[in-house]
Amino acid sequence: MKPSIGQYIPGNSILHKSDPRTKLVMTVLYMVAVMFIDTFLGYGVATLFLIISVIASRIPVKMVLKSLKPLVFIVAFTVLLNIFFQKGETLLLSVWIIEIYLEGILFAVKMAIRIIILVAGASLLTFTTSSISLTDGLERLMSPLAVIRFPAHDIAMMMSIALRFIPTFTEETDRIMKAQSSRGAEFDTGSFMQKIKSFIPVIIPLIISAFRRAEDLAVAMESRCYRGGKGRTRFRMLKFSWCDAVISCFMIAFFAVIIIFKL
Amino acid sequence: MMFDLKNVSFSYEETEREPEYEKRGKKINIDETLIPSKVFAVENLNFTIKKGEFVAIVGRNGSGKSTCAKLLNGLLLPENGTVIVDSFDTKNSEFIWEIRSRVGMVFQNPDNQIIGTTVEEDVAFGPENLGVPYFEMVERVNSAIETVGLSDHKSREPHLLSGGQKQRVAIAGILAMKPKCIVLDEATAMLDPIGRREVIKVITKLNKEHNITVVLITHHMDEVAKAQRAILIDKGKMVFDGTPGELFSHREEVYEAGLETPQVSQLFYLLNKEEGFNLPEDTIDVDTACARLEALLKGDNHVH
Repeated sequence: MKPSIGQYIPGNSILHKSDPRTKLVMTVLYMVAVMFIDTFLGYGVATLFLIISVIASRIPVKMVLKSLKPLVFIVAFTVLLNIFFQKGETLLLSVWIIEIYLEGILFAVKMAIRIIILVAGASLLTFTTSSISLTDGLERLMSPLAVIRFPAHDIAMMMSIALRFIPTFTEETDRIMKAQSSRGAEFDTGSFMQKIKSFIPVIIPLIISAFRRAEDLAVAMESRCYRGGKGRTRFRMLKFSWCDAVISCFMIAFFAVIIIFKL
Repeated sequence: MMFDLKNVSFSYEETEREPEYEKRGKKINIDETLIPSKVFAVENLNFTIKKGEFVAIVGRNGSGKSTCAKLLNGLLLPENGTVIVDSFDTKNSEFIWEIRSRVGMVFQNPDNQIIGTTVEEDVAFGPENLGVPYFEMVERVNSAIETVGLSDHKSREPHLLSGGQKQRVAIAGILAMKPKCIVLDEATAMLDPIGRREVIKVITKLNKEHNITVVLITHHMDEVAKAQRAILIDKGKMVFDGTPGELFSHREEVYEAGLETPQVSQLFYLLNKEEGFNLPEDTIDVDTACARLEALLKGDNHVH
């Protein structure tokens, strides 16, 4: 499997062991803080805290860098855009209609750092949290919204069932593709459009089978007394531990530095 | 009394396209060509199942045996007649969850009934729905997993298990709800012989050691032999009700219902017919058959 942005890497670090709710809230706050930072010193501090977190998570640095790879294009685009179009006071270069200002360059660098930090921070969350506990965390965080009839439980249940069925559907796709190939279907020849078209005989049976499975699953859930989130107890308990205290203190220190020094 | 079925009928509407319309080749509204007709899946069923019994319900595909299973826990409601489960009427929607927590169902496709992302989580799904407190739930989950012999696979993902293991997970998921009865709706149909043996072993154990009523719906005659009682259903009607041994000696009825008797009783039937022996055709398992043949070969003709 190719590592991609936010693929869960099992581990036993303090970040892995802490409650998904803590991680979710802290990540969101961290991202908001980064959006407000406006000085190089501030970015320096944010990067430092991020590096400490990466070390604490014991995720190989290589993996984190790999997860940033897809960003190269976006970062380059943002940088160029800012260098060429940001106006300022100190004119550095003026060729034809292109004017490059010092402020433009500085702003471009800040933007680049900002994007990289944001994505690295978010992928640190998903590196250390399995999708199922992320779902649980989201459900718990959203549960107060039940007051305004927000179906937090239903959404979380749907997400966890979707996660459960990913391997099943991967296997099924493979099976259907083999069945169609054995009848002479070709999947990797022809033009782009032909390739897309050749997937129709795979996707339609897959969708039909998904509906069939959904029906079976609904009957199975009903016969095991499932009737929505009301009155349900949990097997997967979320518990705050000392890990959460440590992480919270660490992040509070970060926010304090940012706010006090107005970085 | 665990189940009490009185004059139970259930029908579904089958829509068939009238052939005439297709011949005309005109453009017509599709709805007009669909003629609904009532087909009885189950007609006038009457039987009772006692607590602690191990009953096999047999019939060929389309005989109505699956409909019968779904009637037993209120997934389907009878059109006529009543289904009483442990003194609750399935028609009374107030008691539907009472009934479903008492009667667990294992379905045919192992992949389509596992909800949790790990074995433990799936087993916990039922107790979660019943609102069982956390510590009791952990206890129930662990003992259910142990009973079906999957303790080593507790935290594995379900798609990594074999078919037989998946069905045992489904059984554990029901056990954790502390049911009085387990209905297996062709639960072994998609399994290989090893998986089938595992499942049958587990349910036999549950029936004997935990005194759980088992209703096994199947078309495998070898499995019927493990039950105490066999009910044969064909075209929605009950054709036979008795011990498996008796069922196998009613060869004609079994054949008429589109099924075959197990190999040993077929062998004895042929030996009797072709060679003029007088072997009991209600022999159901290979060991007894061996013993009886051995006795015969040793010259003892009083094999009964």
